[in-house]
Amino acid sequence: MIADAPILVVIVPLVGAVVAMLLGLWFARAGWWVAATSAIAQVAVALVLAWRVVTAGAVSYATGGFDLPFGIELVVDGLSVPLVVLIAVVYAAVVGYARRAGPHATSFYALLSLLVGGLTGMVVTGDAFNLYVFLEISGLAAYALVASGDDPDAAVAGFKYLLVGTVGASLYLLGVGFLLIATGTLNMADLAARIAAVGYTSPLVVTAFGLVAVGLAVKTALFPVHTWQPEAYATAPVSVATIISALMSTVAAYALGRMVLSVFTVDFLAAVPMARTAVLTVAGVSILAGSVLAVLQTDVRRMLAYSSVSQFGMVVAGFVVATPAAVVGALVHLVGHAIMKGGLFATTGLVATRTEARTIEDYAGLHRRDPIAAGAFAVLALAMVGVPPAVGFVGKWYIVVGAVQAGSWAIAAVLLVSTVLTLAYFATIVERMYFAGVDDAAGQPTATAESTETPGAGEPTAAPDGSGTRGPSLGMIAVVVAATVAAVALGLGASAVQPLVESTLQGVLAG
Amino acid sequence: MVVDLLLTRYNYVVALLLLGIGLYMMIENRNLLKKVVGMNIFQAAIFLVFITAAYVEGGNPPLLSGAAPYVSPLPHVLILTAIVVGVSLTAVALALAIRIYAEFGTLDESVLRRLQE
Repeated sequence: MIADAPILVVIVPLVGAVVAMLLGLWFARAGWWVAATSAIAQVAVALVLAWRVVTAGAVSYATGGFDLPFGIELVVDGLSVPLVVLIAVVYAAVVGYARRAGPHATSFYALLSLLVGGLTGMVVTGDAFNLYVFLEISGLAAYALVASGDDPDAAVAGFKYLLVGTVGASLYLLGVGFLLIATGTLNMADLAARIAAVGYTSPLVVTAFGLVAVGLAVKTALFPVHTWQPEAYATAPVSVATIISALMSTVAAYALGRMVLSVFTVDFLAAVPMARTAVLTVAGVSILAGSVLAVLQTDVRRMLAYSSVSQFGMVVAGFVVATPAAVVGALVHLVGHAIMKGGLFATTGLVATRTEARTIEDYAGLHRRDPIAAGAFAVLALAMVGVPPAVGFVGKWYIVVGAVQAGSWAIAAVLLVSTVLTLAYFATIVERMYFAGVDDAAGQPTATAESTETPGAGEPTAAPDGSGTRGPSLGMIAVVVAATVAAVALGLGASAVQPLVESTLQGVLAG
Repeated sequence: MVVDLLLTRYNYVVALLLLGIGLYMMIENRNLLKKVVGMNIFQAAIFLVFITAAYVEGGNPPLLSGAAPYVSPLPHVLILTAIVVGVSLTAVALALAIRIYAEFGTLDESVLRRLQE
């Protein structure tokens, strides 16, 4: 049973999706219970898997008992295990959050579980085509989820997301096709060896790299191809925006990093400097353009969405710089960003239940109306800017150190400039929340958030519902507070992850 | 050179053309349903690349009883999967289009944009 953990992390949510859908035919409210059960099981399996990887090293699993490299391989190593745990925890948190925040339809919980299954599959798979299938599973679930709310604009956003996302995934598929033509294999480890044999400068390989990078960049929402993302984040129901902002781009960026590091390898980047330069340029432009666009927004959720465009530029830059420090930084920032951005979106939902506030102007004086939300937002925002000791600082620090070590001064400079820009857009909101209007000086934001209650890990500890009040449930507050605490606590613990990741990277970055 | 390319590699040329047509339809056409059609053409072009690449002159199915040269079944299986994915995508896209029509009473992108203001 424990030996099957790598496949179970994919199966558990998929079974959850099917059961939720079927039970939903008879019991209108069954969806939540199924999703909650499946989320708890998912967290448990993910933790078992993490424990195995930490104690015994990377796990490889041959699906269906086919010999590798012909069968589909699942690989859980130091690079993927943080993502597996992250996805499971966010799943549980969002289920807890959605208890009150909705949508309440059974189909929502089925799609949510399907999304989690697809995303986990993308993370654990060791097969390039299998990655495409999971990419589309998670994509299909996400398109439908975005449109699952009452907002009519969300349907348009979902449609746009579908078109752009499909082009991205299809380009990735075409890239995999070029790799298949060049090497005759799809297994990632096998591909790495055979690409080396074919020659890194072979037109097929270079074209494949371009297609894979562009395809996954669309899914990650890097700058010129980010257009689907702000609409989707701003119009989706808040539970959906939380999980999508926390996970969709994260897993796509992870997939890009995985393809660059494990399939094309660092040797390819060294042999084809143009490829590295091109990706670094896109990442750099994304960092700056995302930040500038975020500064220009008046809608809070839109601002957060553009902020993601910028943050993922950093993550991708970290992966492509490809020094050990930069990759550790990219991974830490990947996980950290997911928690911070998911937490920020969850907070906007918390604010919206009480005050209907959506724009930055609406947030004026929020600390008096809703001290928990204001405190959480401020802490998460400052963590995102990179104030130590929060996780946002650790990730960026490692990326900058890695970039300097690799001599990529331009990227290091861009990162530092973007920190100032990040401060520019988050400081506006923090200023509005605490200092707008009446001039009673507010206390330190940190004090508000951290003194409130223990995290509860976002488990469905929801308040007894049906009480008729429209206020946020205990589950919603718990999720927001847990994210806030995690954003700070992970910053302190992030350096502990380094040895685990670096032992994995020895294999990936060697040579 | 060009003539040679057209004579020997025309499948790829057609696939590339379809890729361009599909992408152009998705960007340029104002009708959401025609965008979905464009998406399908775009995907079909990619399927064609795979299938063309898998073609072996005089190849046989990879059975022990058959004679070499064998054809790799892998690309065909992949595309079978990709077609299923494509059908699901089309279904979701059409469902969203129905929803959009119910909400806004139009499928014209420029009208939609005006209504959303």
